[in-house]
Order: sequence, then structure tokens, then C-alpha cells
Amino acid sequence: MSGYVEGVLVLLAINIVFAYGAFLPIAAGQLNLGVAGFAAIGGYVSAYLSNNAAISALAAIPLGALAAAIVALAVAVPVLRTRGIYLALATFALGEIVRASILNLEVVGGAAGYPVAAFIRFPVIAAFAGGVVVFVALLFATRFGIAITAVHDDERVADLMGLNVRAFQVAAFVLGSALAGIGGGLYAHHFNYVEAQYFGISLSISIVLYVLFGGTQSVLGPLFGAGVFTLLPEVLRGSAQWRYVLFAAVVIVVMMVRPQGLITGAQVRRLLGLVRDRGRSPLRDGDSKEQTA
Amino acid sequence: MTNSDPILTLDGVAKNFGGLRVVEDLSFSVRRGSCTGLIGPNGAGKTTVFNLITGVYPIDAGRILLDGVDVSRIPSRRRIHHGIARNFQNIRLMPHLSALENVLVGQHCRNSGLRGVLQPVNLVPGNRWREAARAALADAGLAHYERATVRNLPYGVQKRIELVRALMAKPRLLLLDEPAAGLNPAETDALRERLAATCGAHGITLLLVEHDMHFVGALCEQVVVLNFGRKIAQGTPGQIREDALVREAYLGLEAAPAEQRHAS
Repeated sequence: MSGYVEGVLVLLAINIVFAYGAFLPIAAGQLNLGVAGFAAIGGYVSAYLSNNAAISALAAIPLGALAAAIVALAVAVPVLRTRGIYLALATFALGEIVRASILNLEVVGGAAGYPVAAFIRFPVIAAFAGGVVVFVALLFATRFGIAITAVHDDERVADLMGLNVRAFQVAAFVLGSALAGIGGGLYAHHFNYVEAQYFGISLSISIVLYVLFGGTQSVLGPLFGAGVFTLLPEVLRGSAQWRYVLFAAVVIVVMMVRPQGLITGAQVRRLLGLVRDRGRSPLRDGDSKEQTA
Repeated sequence: MTNSDPILTLDGVAKNFGGLRVVEDLSFSVRRGSCTGLIGPNGAGKTTVFNLITGVYPIDAGRILLDGVDVSRIPSRRRIHHGIARNFQNIRLMPHLSALENVLVGQHCRNSGLRGVLQPVNLVPGNRWREAARAALADAGLAHYERATVRNLPYGVQKRIELVRALMAKPRLLLLDEPAAGLNPAETDALRERLAATCGAHGITLLLVEHDMHFVGALCEQVVVLNFGRKIAQGTPGQIREDALVREAYLGLEAAPAEQRHAS
């Protein structure tokens, strides 16, 4: 594999992990614009541990994710009391607080950035990314996945059905933050260097865009979104400085044509239905209307 | 506690929205295993009574007793665990879930906790909770809508799915808000028969808000009439039809056409 291809695939794998970090709260109806902050916590904590605590990167990365999860849990209750645009602002502020704190932490290099000694190669990163995809897919095949969507769709009815709405929202936020932390740890240990500026609002917005573009209600959505956002600029590389203009145009057109995202739950069910019970198809009458809706 | 004790008792229940008295000093009891109808003109507070029983709003005064236990301080989320399930006047299914997944939501109160939450209902084909939900849908004649996204389904089908979802909670007390609204006469008759059979078989007590007096008369042994948040009459459907106050407030205008529609 050439260095270029490997470099693109590493970014793809890390972006997929990030995307699932944003997907979990979004699937529960909550926009987390501070996802980069949790990625930073995961990146810096794992880097600090592998540099100073004599533990391997493979152990340090999950510990970084744990740190991100603990911070998420600590702030979840006050932050998740807000809704809509206020929640977006609160999580954005949270991400900025993390970034500003790191800038002033001399122990991890402050504004100069923080070199990381341990190195992980693409296969390790791919394994982590695969593990994250499988984990979220399995999680969403349980009652948890249904409950998260139910909370997203109608909090009041979910509550009357006996679901602990707040607990599911906190769980989605904390788990998502842990996944973002894993992404940060992978990034730190592959590029051997982290700096606070990387984990700014533009990273958070990019990650959220992967999810909105790919689809917020299907576990395959973030995978496709991260794939398109990472690979399309590379495919368009032929046209040099116009590639980001083309890329933006493609994104805008897709969001106009498919505001629900590329992948929807109904679509997945339809595909599964085609595979599982070929020939028995009364449900497609109801499902096919999805296209016109 | 004996079987003859009422399953539900409202005792002096009141609710104000700001300065507006929506429910005032409301008291009535529902006999176990019976069907009670709650009727009255639009804005009489019928749906509010449901919202008070299920805890959507806290009550301002009085008590709500379920099997003798005051449930009025229990959080809304916990009330379904005590056996109170309901549907909604405007269908409120989860639009991003399939019909089967909506029904699975109804099981949550019987399969909660960490083990319940991690129950692989969409992973293992033979999962017993999943099979129970499928069987309930099939029982309601909805088997082939299992995987359909609910918002694309016809109104009547959505109503039936919502009823299956409420029944999945295995309630002691089922609150139905206008279950027959928007259904044609054949669907209404089918619904009545299904409700009578299901509630009879599982010992479910039914409290329903309904405008279709024919439907209420055929199903309910007791009718409570509300007007401006107050109870103006209570009795058998026959007594209610003869009640002068009820005729003036509500039935006088609507009863006759409803009867004729069903006679024809």
C-alpha cells in the first residue's frame, strides 16, 4: 500500500470513529457540537499515559476514552438540560473550554503541541474503527437502539411508555464522547503529535456533518458520511484548487435532494426485507411511499 | 383488597392551567374489569383527565388511587409500571421506527433494567420478546406491516398499531382517547369486538374518551359526563341518554345523528 493511500485510509478510519461519537447523541435527538473537545481529552490523556506511565498505546487509548466518558458524565446533567440551539451552544462552549484549558496546560506542551512517542500503524487503527462500527451496530440491534430512536422521536410518549428519557440521553452522550475519545487517541498515536488547535469547532462541525450527510437514523449513516467526506475530496484532487468548491456543491445538492441523509432506517429495512423474504412483499407497498415522502 | 374494590378512583381531582380551571373537584370510580366512558363536549377536560391519570401534568388537588394506592405523586414514567397504559388522541407512534419496533417500545416497562435494555430484539431472529411483539401484531391482523415505516401507513392501521403497543405493556388499566375517531363503521365495529374480547380475556379495565355514543353505549357499563371540567352526570349509558343536563350540554345536538348513522 502506498503511503498516500495509507494516509487517506488512516484518516477515513479515524473519521469513522469520530462520526459514531457524534452519531450516538444525534440519534437520541441531541446535537453535540463539542465532540472535538472529547476527542481532545481522549487524545491528550492517552498520549500523556503512553508517554509517562509506561503503558502501551493499545491500553492508553481506551483509558483516554474512559477519561472523555467521565468528563462527559460529569457535564451531561447540566448540559443536557438545555435544548435545541441552546444545547448546541452549550456543547460548543464545552469543546472550547477543553481546548482553551489544554492551551494553558504546560504539562502537555500548551500551545506548542504535545509530541507522542508511541506509534500505531494503519491495521491497528482499522481494527479500532471496525470494532467501533460493530459495537454501535450491535448496540442498535438491542432495545437500546429502539429506545434511543423513540426518545429522539417523541420524548413525552417515550416517557409514558416507561423509558427513562434522561438516562438514555445521558448514556448516548457519554458513550458518544467515549468513542470520540478513542478517535482522538488513535489520531495522537498515529501522527505522534497533538495540538489543541486541531480539536476546534471546525473539527466538531465536520464530524457532525458526516452524520447529517450519511443519515442520523441508521447505524450505517455515519459510516457512509465519513466515507464520502474523507474520500470525495481525494477523488476530486484532479481539479486542484477547485476540488473543495466541487465538494461543497456536491454536499449542498445531496442535502437538498435527501435532507434525511443518504441512509435511512426504512431503506435498510427494505434492503433487509428483499434479502430475507424474497417473494413475500406486501410491506413494500407501505415502504415504497418513503421515496415520495 | 377484594375484587369488588374499584381499580381506579379519582377523588376531588382539580387542575388549573394558569387562571383557567380545566378540571374541578372531579370524583368517580371505575369498577375492575369494566368499561367506563368519559364523554363531553370539546374542551370539557376529557383528555386532561387522561393526562392527569398518566402523570403528564401533576394534579393541583385531590387523589388518584390505583387499586387503593395513591399514584398521583408517582413520576409519569413509572405509572406504566403500575399498570396504566394509554393511546393518544392524535396518533403518536415513533415515525422513525417500524411498526414492529413501535410495538417493542410498548414492552419496555416489562423488560427494563440493563438486561432489558440490552435485549437483542433486532439481532436474534427467535428472540422471545421480538416473537411476542410479532405475534401481537399478527393477532391484530397487522403481520405484513411489521417492517413498514409507520408514518407511511393508513390512519386506521396506525391506530391499530398504537393499540397493540399499549396492550404490549400488559396494563391493568387501559386509557383510550377517542379510539373510534376517524374509523369507518365497519372498522368501529371491529374495534369494539376486539376491545371487548381482549379486555375480557386479559382482565383489562377500560376507560375511554369517545364521541361516538353508539360505540360507548355498546361497550361501557358506566358513563361519566364532563362539561367545563366538572362532572355533570354519571350512570349507565341508558340513564345518560335520558339525562336532561347532558342533553342540553352535549347529546342534544349530536346523539340523534350518531344513532341514525349506525341504524342505516
